[in-house]
Amino acid sequence: MQHWYMLTLVGHDQPGIVARVTAALFEAGANLGEASMMRLGGEFTIMLRARYDGGVYALRGHLEPIADALGLHLHVDACDGEPQGHVEPDVRISVSGADRPGIVSEVAGALAEAGFNILELESDVAGSADKPIYLIHIEGEARQGSDALEAALAPLRDKGVDVSMQPIELMVG
Amino acid sequence: MATLEILKYPDPRLKQESVEVEHFDDDLQRFLDDLEETMGDGPGAVGIAAPQVGRFQRIAIVDISSKPKLVNHGRMFLINPEIVEWDGLAVGREGCLSVPDYTGNVVRAERIKLRYLDRDGNEIEIDTEGYEARAVQHEMDHLDGMLFVDRVVSRRHDLFRRKHYKQRGER
Repeated sequence: MQHWYMLTLVGHDQPGIVARVTAALFEAGANLGEASMMRLGGEFTIMLRARYDGGVYALRGHLEPIADALGLHLHVDACDGEPQGHVEPDVRISVSGADRPGIVSEVAGALAEAGFNILELESDVAGSADKPIYLIHIEGEARQGSDALEAALAPLRDKGVDVSMQPIELMVG
Repeated sequence: MATLEILKYPDPRLKQESVEVEHFDDDLQRFLDDLEETMGDGPGAVGIAAPQVGRFQRIAIVDISSKPKLVNHGRMFLINPEIVEWDGLAVGREGCLSVPDYTGNVVRAERIKLRYLDRDGNEIEIDTEGYEARAVQHEMDHLDGMLFVDRVVSRRHDLFRRKHYKQRGER
């Protein structure tokens, strides 16, 4: 019986990580699903869904030699859900400002209060080392409507954070 | 009228370039009726192009009037359409009847001047923008064998509207 697993692999970035991890999965007979792979700081991070005909320990066993060789932390969990049936975001929020502790927590707190469900959040630090800026891009579902969202985000602007929100009007053709 | 079968990616026929319509005959009228019915049958589609149903002629329908607050020209039968001018770029989210259960952000011209023949062969020229302009460009891509998945941009770096810098000699 085939099961879905969530694989997490994190380690110091070097060329060939994706090639070796995915080759090991292919050889193990696993079929890959959705993935997010990117470099954060000096680390390469992989969050990857794979369907596999066996248990957690067997799957781990296929990946451990590669993870050890590449110096990657490896985590394997069973997880539900088929790749089909995507939840579509209806609002896109962009946040930027001088970097300081608490920006993400203030923004996420306001969003949660307005019933917003984050589907994707990416943030980055830019600017110079002595004057860093923080940027966040968020897509998600405004479950209580955009007015509630706007009202929740407005106070953030008084704290020196630039926040803009745009509806996502999906066009299907 | 009949509902036509929609070709789904990776059907190689979707990559085929379509040819111009030359005859505005009964066969064309029947096809336009069928294409219209097929579009209405799809989930929330605001456009459809002939090659999506396996007819490789430069024909599309766009109708975004289900969103009355947005600039729109009602139901447009676009035959041999051409974009004669464009201005500005914007990122927007697109999906496609030929690529079920996938959406992505695509950069399109913000404003276009569109020239086309209507279903009776009359030449029409309109200016449109935003969502309707996006729908027109998405459908016109089909006529050139292009799908929106070929144009999806990184979510990470393309969330802001981009400035279009005019080139020398460009009006």
